Amino acid sequence: MGKLIDKQRVVQHMNGRLLRNNVLKFLFFLATLFGLIVLVVLLYRILTQAIGWLNLDFLNNFPSRRPENAGIKAGLVGSLWLMVIVAPVSLILGVGTAIYLEEYAKKNRFTDFIQTNISNLAGVPSIVFGLLGLTIFVRELNLGRSILAAGLTMSLLVLPVIVVAAQEAIRAVPNQLREASYGMGATKWQTIYRIVLPASIPGILTGSILALSRAIGETAPLVVLGIPTFLAYLPRGILDTFTVMPMQIYNWTSRPQADFQNVAAAGIVVLLVVLIFMNSIAIFIRNKFQKRY
Amino acid sequence: MELTVVKERKNKQVEERSEKNVVYRTKNLNLWYGEHHALKNIDLDIYENEVTAIIGPSGCGKSTYIKTLNRMIELVPSVRTSGEITYRGRNIFDKSYRVEELRTQVGMVFQKPNPFPKSIYDNVAYGPRIHGIRDKKILDEIVERSLRGAAIWDEVKDRLHTNAYGLSGGQQQRLCIARCLAIEPDVILMDEPTSALDPISTLKVEELVQELKKNYSIIIVTHNMQQAARISDKTAFFLNGEVIEYSDTDKLFSNPDDKRTEDYITGRFG
Repeated sequence: MGKLIDKQRVVQHMNGRLLRNNVLKFLFFLATLFGLIVLVVLLYRILTQAIGWLNLDFLNNFPSRRPENAGIKAGLVGSLWLMVIVAPVSLILGVGTAIYLEEYAKKNRFTDFIQTNISNLAGVPSIVFGLLGLTIFVRELNLGRSILAAGLTMSLLVLPVIVVAAQEAIRAVPNQLREASYGMGATKWQTIYRIVLPASIPGILTGSILALSRAIGETAPLVVLGIPTFLAYLPRGILDTFTVMPMQIYNWTSRPQADFQNVAAAGIVVLLVVLIFMNSIAIFIRNKFQKRY
Repeated sequence: MELTVVKERKNKQVEERSEKNVVYRTKNLNLWYGEHHALKNIDLDIYENEVTAIIGPSGCGKSTYIKTLNRMIELVPSVRTSGEITYRGRNIFDKSYRVEELRTQVGMVFQKPNPFPKSIYDNVAYGPRIHGIRDKKILDEIVERSLRGAAIWDEVKDRLHTNAYGLSGGQQQRLCIARCLAIEPDVILMDEPTSALDPISTLKVEELVQELKKNYSIIIVTHNMQQAARISDKTAFFLNGEVIEYSDTDKLFSNPDDKRTEDYITGRFG
């Protein structure tokens, strides 16, 4: 039988193939490098600006008209207060929804419709959620510009992301584990509580913490709600008004004095540290509880 | 015509046994996956303290049938059934029959070893715990007894609190059998329990099945005819969703009534 492949031509073709291989490898490397360089430039700029302004006083002071006295205390504490509402509300609603959709709901048109809408909600601009919060929580429910109103608005904003993350984590639990549990006479809830949730908790928490860090950095919906940017006292409860770090930073960057740009940079550093701290919790949880099947 | 003759002869043979020894009685069972008619007019009686093997080529409905016996099949959406299966005289499809109750009587061992990502101890204690047993002493005893019953105690007694995923495949499967014994079932369903195991582990599980039938009624699906011949008392041959032949294993393998059974066991198809 004659050979159908001409080895001579294969060899001729070889150089071109290998060249293309290397060129593409280089291009992909450049793509990665681009992101890295931008990040490094950004960090360098901010850090050089912030240095000298970043000290304990900055963390301990309220905002001030004089840049050297300005601090981020109100924003930092406000952001933590915001989490006190957002974390439990969005986790309970989000994980509950995910459990219902994955474990209980029958797959039909209606659940398909809900599913599509949740995915779409995740892409709705945050300012739209702000308008929703303004209408319902601030005005209709008369909560005012409180931590509660802002927290509920932010919860709605991150809810779709948490639902989708939790759904994926729950779906990743192998069905054979559920079968084993049902096979021994376990009820659905026992199976969810003892098998499905423990196995999916790393995925759920990782996704949720990433969603929560988005809520910490988000500004637009709070602008719409009318959250103040200049507050010289701390809230004492969830019905008090407050401010958050990104709002504070936004306010500083729009001041005419040049020194406020440095104050803003210092604020950004504090915000970044909080975000990195939250993300490393997510990574820690993932590594600690991750299970193989 | 010929088929009904065979069926009658089969039934006569079966009726010689006394009524009280029947664990499962299947009458005219039909099952559909959507439009697909997977089980057709199944009539089958299963007896106490025996090993009943179900053989047949892939897609013949043998796994579907065994999963119907503890209603696990209902986890598949779009399944419909007609006819009845009585377990100890009660129709398992009855509205009043709680499926959780049925499954505490009928344990199941699956094709692929499926231990929970928990410790060996917690795996075995899972069943008793969900049924409300909290007493540590009783749990300890159940765990030891079940692991001994599944012939794995000596291998794991020193590492009861280590993760079950550290065990070998064969050990995992015996752990799953122990986990099933821990709910003190009456019947054990085994869905190709050795198909993912090496020959030595397979042998251990087969020996175990022989041991277990003293106290339990066992129904085992297998695609391995030698295995069915080695370990079972009765064998049912399924083909295209029908029971072609059901009789004592010795009889079925040495002198089958139906031509198709003969063709299958001699390896002419399947």
